Formats: sequence, structure tokens, C-alpha cells
Amino acid sequence: MIATKYEVVVGLEVHAQIKTESKMFCSCSTDYLAAPPNANTCPVCLGLPGSLPVINRKAVEATIRTALALHCEIPEFSKFDRKNYFYPDLPKGYQISQYDLPFSRNGYLEFEVRGEAGRCGITRVHLEEDTGKLLHAGAIEQAQSSLINLNRAGVPLMEIVSEPDLRTADEAREYVMRLRAILQYIGVNDGNMESGQLRCDANVSLRPVGAREFGTKVEVKNMNSFRAIHRAIEYEVVRQTEVLDGGGRLKQETRGWNDARGLTVSQRSKEFAEDYRYFPEPDLPPLAVSRAWVEKIRSALPELPAARRDRLVSQFGLSAYDASVLTSSKPLAEYFEEMVRLGAPAKTAANWILGDFSRFLNAEHKEIQDSAIKPQHLQQLIGLVDSGAISGKMAKQTFEEMYHAADPGPALEAARRTQQISGDTELEGIVDQVIAQNEKSANDFRAGKQQALMFLIGQAMKLSRGRANPERLTALFREKIT
Amino acid sequence: MNLFSRSIRELHQMLVDHEISSVELTESVLGQIDAVGRQTHAYLAVTRDLALRQARDADDRIREGARVRPLTGIPIAIKDVLCVEDVPATAGSKILDGFIPPYNATVVERLAKEGAVFLGKTNCDEFAMGSSNENSGYRPVHNPWDLDRVPGGSSGGSAAAVASGEAIAALGSDTGGSIRQPAALTGTVGMKPTYGRVSRYGLIAFASSLDQVGPITRDVADCAILLQAIAGADARDSTSSPHPVPDYLDGLETGVHGMRIGVPKEYFVKGMEPAVEQAVRGALEVYQRLGATIEEVSLPHSDVALPAYYIIAPAEASSNLARYDGARYGVQAGGGHNVIEEYELTRQQGFGAEVKRRIMLGTYALSSGYYDAFYLKAQKVRTLIIEDFQRAFEKVDALLGATSPTVAFPLGAKTQDPVAMYLNDIITIPANLGNVCGISVPCGLADGLPIGLQIIAPGFREEVALRVARAFEAATDFNRARSALIGTAA
Repeated sequence: MIATKYEVVVGLEVHAQIKTESKMFCSCSTDYLAAPPNANTCPVCLGLPGSLPVINRKAVEATIRTALALHCEIPEFSKFDRKNYFYPDLPKGYQISQYDLPFSRNGYLEFEVRGEAGRCGITRVHLEEDTGKLLHAGAIEQAQSSLINLNRAGVPLMEIVSEPDLRTADEAREYVMRLRAILQYIGVNDGNMESGQLRCDANVSLRPVGAREFGTKVEVKNMNSFRAIHRAIEYEVVRQTEVLDGGGRLKQETRGWNDARGLTVSQRSKEFAEDYRYFPEPDLPPLAVSRAWVEKIRSALPELPAARRDRLVSQFGLSAYDASVLTSSKPLAEYFEEMVRLGAPAKTAANWILGDFSRFLNAEHKEIQDSAIKPQHLQQLIGLVDSGAISGKMAKQTFEEMYHAADPGPALEAARRTQQISGDTELEGIVDQVIAQNEKSANDFRAGKQQALMFLIGQAMKLSRGRANPERLTALFREKIT
Repeated sequence: MNLFSRSIRELHQMLVDHEISSVELTESVLGQIDAVGRQTHAYLAVTRDLALRQARDADDRIREGARVRPLTGIPIAIKDVLCVEDVPATAGSKILDGFIPPYNATVVERLAKEGAVFLGKTNCDEFAMGSSNENSGYRPVHNPWDLDRVPGGSSGGSAAAVASGEAIAALGSDTGGSIRQPAALTGTVGMKPTYGRVSRYGLIAFASSLDQVGPITRDVADCAILLQAIAGADARDSTSSPHPVPDYLDGLETGVHGMRIGVPKEYFVKGMEPAVEQAVRGALEVYQRLGATIEEVSLPHSDVALPAYYIIAPAEASSNLARYDGARYGVQAGGGHNVIEEYELTRQQGFGAEVKRRIMLGTYALSSGYYDAFYLKAQKVRTLIIEDFQRAFEKVDALLGATSPTVAFPLGAKTQDPVAMYLNDIITIPANLGNVCGISVPCGLADGLPIGLQIIAPGFREEVALRVARAFEAATDFNRARSALIGTAA
């Protein structure tokens, strides 16, 4: 970030779809991506005359769970309101949302930027319904026709509004990463930004360092990745600095991030603020949120990323940084713990996951759970290095082969075999030495104890530092002990 | 006496005694629709085939003697604001021309389960906004008692159908008097149940916090029977009440001896016709004779009910009617250069003047900067009206007044003056705002035109309103008068 006489002020609005089976106000499936257009609709989510909404209690519970994970207060009384505006993806002409009595308010989220702890206030977490999707014939401005798909209309959507507490693009990115991890941990959202499951808008403004009043804010939309959030905010800071330094004034407006061109483009002016004519939704009675219910949800909260990070440090002796990165996404932490459970040394496992593996994944914008390399594969590879069967250099080559293969098994097996001792001459020497040193076991085997053979093979493997071909070893022991 | 002029109870007895079949009965009513329908315009659509099919099914049920309910085989008219699966629904609006709902309203489903016969969809003021039926987007309804006069509104088609023999009973909807006022003007019985008593699922919304579906019938017992069939909680309507539904016929004939009946002094409004006031005073004497004690009570905020109503109802309507943009169903104007222009053209052409007026009123009342002064204040007034009723019902069991300050007025008499039209509902509106129930029963004629008596009971005490109404009906002859179109009663 460039040095500046301005302080950057960023607040984020994150929209997260809630992973429920059915929609917010009807029993239609939320699986809007796979279904044919308008297949998952009914009179309620189509907004047909006379239809009425019925609250999905699971979505309310997920919102409260999220709010609790973000240290929010849960008021005892809440209600839904109508947000009125006309748009073809909004079948009722209003969105059922929450205005002045949301399910929660006054929370916070902690994050770290290069080891520095940060905290951002959460203004509120409220619940609303998603809109449908439009498909324009060509660019929206010139389109002669548009198609409406209402499969997504009515999918439960949480809006998580932050305070304007973030001061850099780095902080904004970290905030969203941490928030995403929490949503994953508590099972309310998978955190897929590209599919729109998780969406982020940023309010960015500048003010002279030391000033109390906020500057004119610009709302930036259409950021579909962590990288986009970072780049878009950096871009806005430079753009706004240039306007202000040039003696100009900023316009309050909405700008869209164009990822390909790496810049923001003005979408609409907010000088004539939209009037959404909010009023209490008369079709839904206000909700009393009982303390017993809130406590039940709180007690069922799983271990959250911050607690897991602390545990990884204390239980496995990882550095705070490594633990922090590992817990930044739930699948990453699960992967790590599964490797350790299978027997991999913790530090080595962390190094592999955060090193080459992450580098390969990042280059392809993939997540660890998308890779064909499963924890047992990586654990076995580490085992080969630890037993001295293969060198570290060899392991890196093998890993790369494993990563690019549809099935990592053969590459792993090949590594095991290339370094194996299969020549009988060399193996015979080992077998003789083991028999000489373990006479009792040899006698036991001669007497018919099969377990004794397993012990002898184990000793031979140890002597060969894991490189002996176990099938040949078995054959040789059987030959020699008769 | 023609079948089409009889009551549900009489016809039910004739059906179960195999004196008549439902098909005969249905054909009798359809015949009357053919005979007088062009004079009343009570229907927007007659579902002849559906009705005869349902009548045959009802006859099967009666023949088998299984699942025979009080409404099995009885021909009923449905106000066009209620959705019947695969039958066009317009809510009296051009903007919904061609819309065919793929689902049944809960009340329709309940009547279908009873084995009722659906005659068709009755005419009404556009989106139930009006007191004369002249706001129908299609054609006005004419009063069967005098075809040059209005039948009241907005359920004017339903009321006219019952009064002319074009239905045995009908469903209407009441947001500010839309069942009771047309019942009064057509000499029928009409009840607005307590908000939450009857499901609104499938009722095309006008003002969601006030709308309520209710019966329009020939007498009080029929009203009880029809209410019984439609009342009760519905999982699809979160505003429907879990309050238990009593047996409305049970205790209907108990009378009013020892009951305390209150007369709100504010309900004798300025501009009330002398004949109407005289009829109400006459009714008080009847109740006194029947052993009730009459006392004057005060509902001090009655004068601000009308202005509060004309903020709350249009505000909710402005939002409820936003969905009519032509994009998914109904009429699309075509010719717009972009989506906003298309919306504007569709809504300009599709909505009538009164609907546009209320959308504008409501949009203004909800606008940022005006919300507190209008919508929020109106809601506070609503609370005061609820409290007025609560205080009154600490002292009395039921309240009594006129339903409408006037009898049916000539077509066109008030169309140029919206406020004069709004004043028709001045005595019915408080019951909608106050979360209580009300019924209108005939209480006399003025120059051959019916006058309605309104009885208001506390929330979820419909059985009290019915019992008080029935006592009056039993003690007087007013219910026997029939419109010219149906002929005089036997």
C-alpha cells in the first residue's frame, strides 16, 4: 500500500447463503444451481397473488448460531420487514428482510495480519431472502430480452454488516477469510465465493489522518475472491487518493470491480438515495427469541477457528502462524488433523500442507478438498522420507507427480518401489543377520508360530530402513528357516 | 318456492332426504344466473362445468351416505379475490386478466373438502378497494333490490348473488367493511370474522393486516355453518390464530336474556340517514324486549379510525400490489424500451384510478421522512382503537350500531368524490382496526331498500355476535324480505 496522508476506512457487507434444505419462506429445495430453470419454485417463492410466507426456523437458528460465533447480542424480540423496490429478479416487488429489529447486533471478529492482532466490530447479522437470477441476451445495456430464473429466489441469506473498522486491504481480506472460516466451522455456509454462496461488498472511503468525520464512501461490488477484495480495495485507495490530491471531490456511488481489467467502474450514482419504504412485514408476526433457545444454540456451537488455532499450538507445538493459516479454512485444518491421526509427525505435516501443497493449490485457485491427494497419501509419502526410503528431493518430485495425476496411488507406489531392495543377494545378507540376532523368534517360527515371522520381517525392514521388498523377505525367511 | 331462494339448512335437509339432488339444485341456481346475471353482473366468471361436476360428486356422497357435511352439494359463489385452482382469478382488475392460479386458497380447499359446489367468481371492486363495486375493472354490479343502485362493496358481487338467488351463499372479504356494508345494502347476512380466525392463504392481498375472509348468506344460521367450514388455524398463514374454533350452531338459539348490549354513541355519525337511525333505535327496543340491557358506551377514538385506515391500508396495498409488473403473469403492456418503462406502461394500463390513488397514498405514507408522521402514527391510533374496544367489552357483551349510514345509493352518485365514498365505511372500519368481529343483519327497509344492523363482539367471540344476531332475526320479520329479482319469500 502506498504511503498516504489519508486514513483508509473500510466496512464490509457480507451476504452468505444459509445451507438449509428448504427455502426461507416455503418448502422448495435450495438446490438452485443443479435444477433446471424455475424448477424449484412454488406459489410462495414465485410471489403469486394470495401466497403467504412461512418462516423456516432452521434458517433463523443458523443466523443466531452465526451471530453467537461473532460474539453478538441476541435481542429477545425480532421481526421481519419489507424492503420495497422494483426489479425483475424480485418477484414480489419487495424483499423480506430485517430493518430495525434484526436477530443480532454488536459483535466482533478477531483476525491477524502478519502476526498483528486486529478486531473489527460487527454491526449486525440479519436474515433475508435471496433474489432470482437474470440472464440477459448480450450486454445488459443492449440486451433485447432477459430471462428470469427464480430457483434462487427465497434462498435464506444472511447479511453480516461490519463496522467501518478496517484500515487496509490486507485487513479486509483477513476479515473475510476469518469470517468464511467461521461460517464453515459452524456449518452454515461452504464459503464458495465464485458461485455466489458468499458475496462481499465493500464501503471504502478516505479521510485525512486524524480526522473524525468519515469521507465520502464508495460502495464496491462484484468481488468474487479474496484476491479480488484485496485488489479492488487497493485500487479504490489509489483512485480516491488521486481524486482528493487533485483537488477533486468524490461522488457517493456504487462501483463494480472488473477483475480482468483490474479496476472499478461506476455503476450508479447514489446521490438520489433509494427509498426502500421499509415497514414491518404484516404477513409474519414478530418473533420472540427465547433465552432457552439461544442458550441451546450456544451450547451446540462447535470449536471455532480461534480455539482450534490455540489447540493446534498447545497440542502439536505448531507455531502460532502455522496454526493460524491451517485454521483459516475448515477443510485445511481437518486435513492436517487427519494426517496426524494417521501417524504423520505434526510439524512435517504442517510444512507439507502449507508449503508445496498450498503453492500448487493457490496457483490453480483450488481448495485442499478438491485435490486427489488425500491425507493418507501425503502421510505415506512423509513416512517414506522419515524411514529413509526416499530422499526429501525425491519426495518433492513424487509429490508433484502425485498432484498432477488423477490418482496419486501409482506415483506413490513407484516411489516406494524404485528405492526398494529386491535383489536376493543383498536381501539374503539382511535375512541371515536378522535370524542370527533373533534365534528365539526363528525357532518359534520353525515351531509354527506365524506371528514370529511378522516380527522377523519387521526387524528386516528396520535394518533395511524400510527399503526391503516385503514379499521377497517373506519368501527368503520361509526358505531359510525350515 | 324456487330452490335457488332457499337457505343452506333447508336445502341440506332436502338433499339428505333425497327430495332433491345437488345437480337439480345447481341447475336451478345456474338457471337463475342465466336469467338475471346480465342485470346484476354479480359474476365475473361462472364455472358451470366445475359446478355440475362437483354437484354430481356431492350426489354420490349423499347417495353413499358417507362424508355428508352441512355444505355438501350446496352451490356457493367465491369472490374473485380468492384463488381456485385452474379457474381465472382477476381480483376485479384488468392487470390480472388471464391469470390462472395453480393452487387453491385454504378456504376454497376447505369448502371443496366439505363437498360444496363452486358456481364461479364474483365481481368486486378492483383489489377489494371500494364501497360500491363501481371500481371493478370490468363492470359495476347492480343491486338486485333496485338495479339503478349500487350493491355496496367491495364484495358487491357476492352480496348481489346471494340477494338475487344467483348463489345460496357466498364468500367475501372484508378489509374495512367489504362484507358487512354490501350485506347491509342487499338485505343479506354478512360477517367479518376476527383477524386470524380464517386463513388468508390464497386471498389476493389488499391490506394484509386487515383482510379477512367471511360468509355472506341468507340468514344467521347459514352464516354460522359457512364460518364453521372455513375457520381455524392454517400452517400456511402465520397470522392465522391457534385459538380453538367453537361449534357455532351450538347455543345459536340461546337468546340475549340478561346480556349487556352497548351502543357506541360515536356510531350515530353525522350524515346518517334518518330511516337508518330509526331502524337501529327500533332494534334496540327489540333487544330490550328480549331481556337484554342496553347501555350507551363510548369508543372515543372512532373519529380517527377512518384517517388511520386510509394510511395503513393503502401503505400495505402499495407494497402488496408491487408484484403486478406484467413480467410473470397477467397483462404485460408491451412497447416499453426498457424494464422500467415496461413496468410503467403495464401498471398505467392495468390499474384503475382508485387503485392508483391508493398506491400513491400508501407510497407517500411509507416514504422516508414521512413514515413516522403517517404510518407509525396510524399504527398508534390503531392501538388506541384496540384499547377502546377492550374497555367497552369490560362493560358489555356486544356492541350495536348501523352497518352503513345510508341505504344503497344510485350508481354514479359518489364516484366523483372519493372521500364521500370512503365515508360509507365509517362505522365498519373500527372493527377491522380493533381486531374484533362483526356481523350485519337486515333490520328494516327504507323506501324498499334494505338497512343493516351491525353487531360487534370481542375478538374470537364470533359465537356471541352470531347469537345476538340470531335473536334479532328470530324476533323480527326483516329477514323475510327479498329482492325483486329473487321474488317474495313463501
